Amino acid sequence: MSLATAEKLEDIKARNKELVDEVLEAYPAKAKKKRAKHLNQFDEGKPDCGVKSNVKSIPGVMTIRGCAYAGSKGVVWGPIKDMIHISHGPVGCGQYSWAARRNYYIGTTGIDTFVTMQFTSDFQEKDIVFGGDKKLAKIMDEIQELFPLNKGITVQSECPIGLIGDDIEAVSKSKSKEYDGKTIVPVRCEGFRGVSQSLGHHIANDAVRDWVFDKAGDKPAKFESTPYDVAIIGDYNIGGDAWSSRILLEEMGLRVIAQWSGDGSIAELEATPKAKLNVLHCYRSMNYISRHMEEKFGIPWVEYNFFGPSKIAESLRKIASHFDDKIKEGAERVIAKYQALMDDVIAKYRPRLEGKKVMLFVGGLRPRHVIGAYEDLGMEVVGTGYEFGHNDDYQRTTHYVKDGTLIYDDVTGYEFEKFVEKIEPDLVGSGIKEKYVFQKMGVPFRQMHSWDYSGPYHGYDGFAIFARDMDMAINAPVWKLAQTPWKN
Amino acid sequence: MTQNAENVLDHFDLFRQPEYKEMLKNKKEKFEDPHPEAEVEKIREWTKTPEYQEKNFAREALTVNPAKACQPLGAVFAAVGFEGTIPFVHGSQGCVAYYRSHFSRHFKEPSSCVSSSMTEDAAVFGGLNNMVDGLANTYSLYEPKMISVSTTCMAEVIGDDLNAFIKNAKEKGSVPEEFDVPFAHTPAFVGSHITGYDNVMKGIFEHFWDGKAGTTEKLERKPNGSINFIGGFDGYTVGNLREIKRIFDVMGVEYTILGDNSDVWDTPTDGEFRMYDGGTTLEEAAESLHAKATISMQHFCTEKTLPFIKGHGQEVVSFNHPVGVAGTDKFLMEVSRLTGKEIPEELAKERGRLVDAIGDSSAHIHGKKFAIYGDPDLCLGLAGFLLELGAEPTHILATNGSKGWAKKVQELLDSSPYGANCHVYAGKDLWHMRSLLFTEPVDFLIGNTYGKYLERDTGTPLIRIGFPVFDRHHHHRRPVWGYQGGMNVLITILDKIFDEIDRNTNVPAKSDFSFDIIR
Repeated sequence: MSLATAEKLEDIKARNKELVDEVLEAYPAKAKKKRAKHLNQFDEGKPDCGVKSNVKSIPGVMTIRGCAYAGSKGVVWGPIKDMIHISHGPVGCGQYSWAARRNYYIGTTGIDTFVTMQFTSDFQEKDIVFGGDKKLAKIMDEIQELFPLNKGITVQSECPIGLIGDDIEAVSKSKSKEYDGKTIVPVRCEGFRGVSQSLGHHIANDAVRDWVFDKAGDKPAKFESTPYDVAIIGDYNIGGDAWSSRILLEEMGLRVIAQWSGDGSIAELEATPKAKLNVLHCYRSMNYISRHMEEKFGIPWVEYNFFGPSKIAESLRKIASHFDDKIKEGAERVIAKYQALMDDVIAKYRPRLEGKKVMLFVGGLRPRHVIGAYEDLGMEVVGTGYEFGHNDDYQRTTHYVKDGTLIYDDVTGYEFEKFVEKIEPDLVGSGIKEKYVFQKMGVPFRQMHSWDYSGPYHGYDGFAIFARDMDMAINAPVWKLAQTPWKN
Repeated sequence: MTQNAENVLDHFDLFRQPEYKEMLKNKKEKFEDPHPEAEVEKIREWTKTPEYQEKNFAREALTVNPAKACQPLGAVFAAVGFEGTIPFVHGSQGCVAYYRSHFSRHFKEPSSCVSSSMTEDAAVFGGLNNMVDGLANTYSLYEPKMISVSTTCMAEVIGDDLNAFIKNAKEKGSVPEEFDVPFAHTPAFVGSHITGYDNVMKGIFEHFWDGKAGTTEKLERKPNGSINFIGGFDGYTVGNLREIKRIFDVMGVEYTILGDNSDVWDTPTDGEFRMYDGGTTLEEAAESLHAKATISMQHFCTEKTLPFIKGHGQEVVSFNHPVGVAGTDKFLMEVSRLTGKEIPEELAKERGRLVDAIGDSSAHIHGKKFAIYGDPDLCLGLAGFLLELGAEPTHILATNGSKGWAKKVQELLDSSPYGANCHVYAGKDLWHMRSLLFTEPVDFLIGNTYGKYLERDTGTPLIRIGFPVFDRHHHHRRPVWGYQGGMNVLITILDKIFDEIDRNTNVPAKSDFSFDIIR
């Protein structure tokens, strides 16, 4: 038995409590009071994780959070491949988010697809003073001329747009009319709105509702419907995740008519209301549009988790439960087909990873969804938290975490460093801003936003890569070199 | 199913397997409503034409793939060059997440920076409360020696006054009265990252030299024999500043590097995370007023800082990111003139070694055409070196280049017969460059990581020199300044040239008669 599981639960809980108290001591009184509500541990049987969430970050600390623009352009809209997404405002936001999220897609970039390009209105002082609407209209004309195969345009608002009162809706409407009803979507995702990228997801979802669905109306799909049509919602195809998911759904007999939004196209968005079921991976970023489709079109939705064989099998069965026996059998067939691969992967990697402790801090769904994959490899997640989770995320997390798991909402750089220092996990999973902090401390790290440019991690094919990567991270010889031998 | 535990396939190979190819083909044909392939091909060919170039260059409003970032990024770059200093960005918090990610992706290092996390209420009422609470939190939590405040576009649009806010925050006890909080307004809709660098550098000297925002007496200049050195915004800051220090030490120069971020972005992995490491000390920042002169390695990064320093009585000298023999000669001779120190034999020998290396290898570079893009000073430095190598710069482009910059580049080109067929593009972007590479092709492209899209589209081999370089590791650790830096640049260029020659000659029985092992 590993050291981690050998520890007594009450010792762990006492240590966690002490640790939280200790960390809070560093703050001034006002900030301490606020942060105290976001740090806790999970108590078995409680309906949530005992932390407040989705409230403003305190100023002056290193929050890991981004902004509404990041949620809309960076996450939801950016991966729609055949539309051009204008970063509307100064040059920076578009530049820093340029191709940084590895939303894989197939297409001829610059001609019929545009994901890894940076289109910006590059606001200058005069645009702030006189307003940017005329410039925006002109930009759309230039896009039409230079990128004639674009299937639509979105306007991703940066901070100044809302502050100076530009009417991007009016510009979008009039230009759409001018270009024979081309889809042009204004998105009010200014970075100062809300408390994190989360509001940007919501705003982006609403923009799909108002400017794509409402406009597409009853436009017929280009295909014949079948009873097995589903749409993948909330998979951004990081390193091909949506593809290694899609293949399983198709193998079980379903037909995926749309991918949202990784490798997605406007035709797929428009056709989604024809789906019989929406299968939702990232609940946080796309529950809004899923709920809307349920209300408006009567399409049920189901959450799924494609990390690790246990959760994949559970999810395939859950998805199949919405269909007839043919699909249920299909799910069993798929589970059986990949069983040998999963057995091999676990046989190879579990002995190298058994008992290793992991601490996570990520975005939408991963703080809970990947826990099962670690457990399939005999590992234990001892701390987790969300950048921008809401209370319903922390409720859903209770199905995944063990009693006494340390929970930290919107963790600050200071807190995360102290927690890791004390708990001494074998692996930390978080983002690029956190990566090097922990590696300097000699703690193995994997980026759980970008998979460190590896992946996919979703699905059975992805789990093999996940297992390999975790082994590679934890057991890399380099970590034995971190201590200077003559100093100990 | 081709995945297996013994030989795990990741995205490089997995999606090239037949079942995935089939799946993706099916997705495209049935659900994506794609344009016909012939149409895509037709447009692709059209984008390569002079006609398209003309339309592309007629653009007035749209910017596509610009080679510049915004002011606040440069502000953070400058601030972390001072001992124990944390950059504090007043505005919405998402920006800071972007700056930190951007630097961490380039340097593969932690990048510490905080935000005042302004949201809707601050947009309406102003961000004073965010400043008051934010400074207090930063001070308690991260125990800095100095907090350098800059802004985002949000704070600038609503008109927050940093001077008044910081005073107010101090009165409310956020940080001690005497604690150093220099500031600079750095609106993202003015200039670029190099402007932000300039503003913060000036802000810091203004703070220390001119009475700390009215709280102390202005310092009185007592000239000494030391010189100041400012590197400018530079993706090679780690390697370059260390090389400059070595050169100064070899010469026996008394110097201060102002804004020395070479250690904070190159900390060891030894079990400890250092939020702060190295940097210009605050005493040095104040004392630097008394220096004999200040050297700026990048003129366009210090357009406001230099006149400010000059106004305080120092001589100022600026360069344009010199690379290579003549550039380094000029730099060393200026240092020698300013300090009265002789250039030692050791450096003369290094010079000779670089000339030797050029002599050995320039035949492979001579007459080759190059396109360059990047920051204004870097473009000038690289162009100078290419002319020295007998290469022919053909397109030089800086999205954040001014008319004044373009004029300076033209003067450089006019000074050499190898510059005769080169054009300068100020304010243009990488989609403009794409047209140029199709209509007037070159042999090699020099620029940052974003150039890989140009390499793919136009088939022009990319030599990665610039910022950011995300997709190659550790380049920033090697200097490009000094004779040894010139050697590094030469080797980088040659490696690409030889790789290309090999690639073009390795087809068995077709072209491998030229597949030589000695060159």
